[in-house]
Parts: sequence; C-alpha cells; structure tokens
Amino acid sequence: MSEEIKLMKGNEAIAHAAIRCGCDGYFGYPITPQSEVLETLMEIEPWKTTGMNVLQAESEIAAINMVYGGAGTGKKVLTSSSSPGVSLKQEGISYLAGAELPALIVNVMRGGPGLGTIQPSQADYFQTVKGGGHGDYRLIALAPASVQEMADFVGLAFDLAFKYRNPAIILADGVIGQMMEKVVLPPFKPRRTDEEIEKECPWAAVGKKKNRERNVITSLELDPAVMEERNNHLQRKYKTIEENEVRYEEYMCEDAEYLFVAFGSSARICQKAVELARAQGIKVGLLRPITLWPFPTKAIAKYADQVKSMLSVELNAGQMVEDIRLAVNGKVKVEHFGRLGGIVYTPDEIIEAMKAKIM
Amino acid sequence: MTEEIIIAGFGGQGVLSMGKILAYSGLMQGKEVSWMPAYGPEQRGGTANVTVILSDERISSPILNAYDTAIILNQQSLDKFEKTIKPGGTLIYDPYGITKEPTRTDISIYRIHAMDTAIEMNAIKSFNMIILGGLLKIRPIVEIDNVLKGLKKTLPERHHHLIPMNEEALRKGMEIIKK
Repeated sequence: MSEEIKLMKGNEAIAHAAIRCGCDGYFGYPITPQSEVLETLMEIEPWKTTGMNVLQAESEIAAINMVYGGAGTGKKVLTSSSSPGVSLKQEGISYLAGAELPALIVNVMRGGPGLGTIQPSQADYFQTVKGGGHGDYRLIALAPASVQEMADFVGLAFDLAFKYRNPAIILADGVIGQMMEKVVLPPFKPRRTDEEIEKECPWAAVGKKKNRERNVITSLELDPAVMEERNNHLQRKYKTIEENEVRYEEYMCEDAEYLFVAFGSSARICQKAVELARAQGIKVGLLRPITLWPFPTKAIAKYADQVKSMLSVELNAGQMVEDIRLAVNGKVKVEHFGRLGGIVYTPDEIIEAMKAKIM
Repeated sequence: MTEEIIIAGFGGQGVLSMGKILAYSGLMQGKEVSWMPAYGPEQRGGTANVTVILSDERISSPILNAYDTAIILNQQSLDKFEKTIKPGGTLIYDPYGITKEPTRTDISIYRIHAMDTAIEMNAIKSFNMIILGGLLKIRPIVEIDNVLKGLKKTLPERHHHLIPMNEEALRKGMEIIKK
C-alpha cells in the first residue's frame, strides 16, 4: 500500500485520476493555474497505454464542444480550465445539460472578473451553481479541499454524471490545484468496451442498429409543449439529485456556538482557524459543503437551532452566503468574510473577522 | 510534532525545489506533508516563496500566518517574513545580499554563507542543498537518508549522477551554519 502514496499537486492528481478511472478522452487548453492537468496528461501519454485520447484544442470553446461530441457517444470525457476559460465554455455546458450528456468539467478558479489574476479565488460559485450558461439547468458541483479529493472526485463525478445523465463539475481553486500533498491514487479501472458503453448508455449515438430507433443527441426542440415537458423532466431529475446526493463534512460542530461555512481551500484555512479559536476558548465549528449543488441546505438549517451565528468564509465578495441565508431563513445571523482578487486570508484574519462580525 | 516552515528568496534560487525536496523527505519519513508555493509571475528574478509543513498529524491549513522556521534568502523576504516567525522560532538566513540584519531577540537566528560556499565549491546549483543542510543541522526534522531518497524522487533520472554532489553540499551546509 505504502508504495501507492504519492506526493503531487492537485492538478496532477486530476490527470492521474482521469487515466485511472478509465477515461476515454481529455480536451483542454492551457491556462494558469490549471495547466498541469494537460501537461501531466501529455507527459504520461495515456494513448499509448489505456488508449485515452488527450488533445490540446485550439480554444476552450473547441474543447468543450469536443467534450459534447465524445459524451454524445457515451464516452467518458473531461475538460479542465480556469475561470476565464470556463466562462468561454458556458455555452457548451448549457448544451451538455440540455442534451443530458454526462461529462466532467474541472475549474481551478483564479481571481476575476475578466482576465483578472492568476492567483486563487472562489468567485465562480455563482457561475457554477446558479447557471453560468443559459436556461434552467444544474451541474452536479463537487468542491475538493485536498489533493486526495482532487483524485477521488474525478471518479465520483463521472459516476454521478453517468448515473443521472448530467454534466458534473469539480470546482477547485489555485490553492488546491497548485499545492502538493500526499495522495493515494485510485486503482486502475479499464476503459469500457464498445459493448459495455452500449449497454450502459442505450441513448448514446454509437451507430444505429436495426432493432432500435435512431438515437438523437440534441438540446433543440421547437415545439414548446414538448420543450416544456423536457424541462419538467430535467427538474424532476434535479429534485432526485437534491434528495440523494448532498455531501458535506462537519468539523468540531457538536458543541459549537458559532459556525464557519466554507468550501475548498477556504475550508482548510477555516479548520486551522477553528483549532486556533478553540485554543482561545471560543466554541466554533466548521461545516464544509462538498457538493455545492445540491447544497447542504438541511444540514445548515439544523445548525440554526444550535449556534448563535454563522460566518460564510469564501474567497469572493459574498456568494455562497446567499444560499446559507436561504437555508437558515432568518433564524440566525449569517455574515460573510472574504478576500478578493487573488488574495488568500490567513487563519488569524478569519478569527478576527469572526470576532468583528458575528460575536 | 508539527514543523511549519517558510522558505523565501529570489525566483531561480531553488526555493521551490528546496521545499519540494524537504516535502519528499517528509514523505519518505512517513509524515504528513504540504507544499504550497506562492505561484505566479514571480519566477526568475522576482520573489518566490513556499510554505512547507511536516507533521505527525493531519494538516489543516496549507496557508499560515506564523511559522516555526523561516529560511530567508534575500532582503525583501527578510522584511516580509521576520515578523511572522513564532516567538521561540528559528530564522536561518544567508547574509549574501542582506543589507539590514534581522533584529528580533525572541527567536534563534542562524547565518549560513551558502552563496559564497557554493561559489567556492564550484557548485552554484547546490546552493539550496547547502541551505537545506544548515536547516537540518538546526532542526533535524528529517533524516539525511530520507533527504537523499527525496532527492532521487524529485530529480529526473538523467540528473541522478548529481546526487553525490548534492549530498556533499548538504554536509557542507551542516558544517558552516552558525549562530
């Protein structure tokens, strides 16, 4: 087992995990701070071993549409980028959601808006969970807080994407992408054979057989009555996901009088803040949403009966805080603390913010 | 045991790779490790720094506001990080290029003439290993054997013939560091 413990960056872990979970294709375009995903794949050359294709597309838009094409044939495909690049992908993501195609998008966030900065940020929360592209759709959104989770969530995201025929996104940031930590990579899973894909994805466009109708992959429907039913179907699916796939982690919450809510790298920094605050005698806990959509609304609402107040700690100007406020529905005070434009707070700053804003 | 370390200097001095070797050494020694670079356009000429944490327990934040040990390789970094060392902590610095000496009295301060020594040894690229040797003399957080194993892991195979030179630099660093 010990030989399987490796030290690597979060971005490298994504690449290794993609190959190991039996991925068929990666399509991307370099951008800091996620370029190591593509670089690592190019270095490993998985097309020589598992047969996985890796392609540097001419642009992010080309890459996401290659993902659409691959996913339409039932293949396990992913793309990765950072904030400005993910903005370019939004049209394709909306199409994937509309055509109900399973695929994985990885966003290693950096500061915006616009070209912004290459330093870490979490300012794409709204884009990820509230739309981003057009139309009423949802992405299954996983927020890793360690290099280990970068590796683990690739397989999990694909499982969920195929289970629900829905695109999934891993929302990481420059900290998690660039830091090195210990990681145990998932075991090798072979790529699925054509027969296995046909069995698992009877909807896939893999060539018409005589014994069935044509499979059509499209998000277009000009008859509004049919389109409304298609939307209703999507909404029912989203409801099922909300009921079954909420994931979160609690840290020192049992006796907490105050609660931090934070995801990704912010949750790691908050953990340290919890340790330091508890050493000062302040009973604070941390709730870390692992799925940003579906959001752990019920878990947070439960703490509204226990804690005096909550602080949403995010590397943005206050985005997830809105969902926390909806969850507690006015029962307790919920404030936000953030740093912007690529600046990352330290544990001490979070404790000071807690004292100033919610105590 | 947890050791929270900041290594800071100019880009190109081997700051990030020194941190990487230290992190790998920790891995070889069965410790929890985290390596968090201030990545970005600073490389080559600008300032570069990396936070390395080695611990027997799970590591929470990879980003810190106070450090047990600071390794400082230029004046900007000394100005920035001297004040972030925990009381009772350790500062190790190379006086090469330092114009204002450190002033703290509540920490242990060590000097290591690594740049001059590296030039003398005609092994300028081993500069960071001299520093690392100095660190391990003062804070023996990982065993030399594990550092050499870590070095093997970080260096591409084609550079493995440089390992003896790096080992020599490590030992030299242990010799020349002083209060």
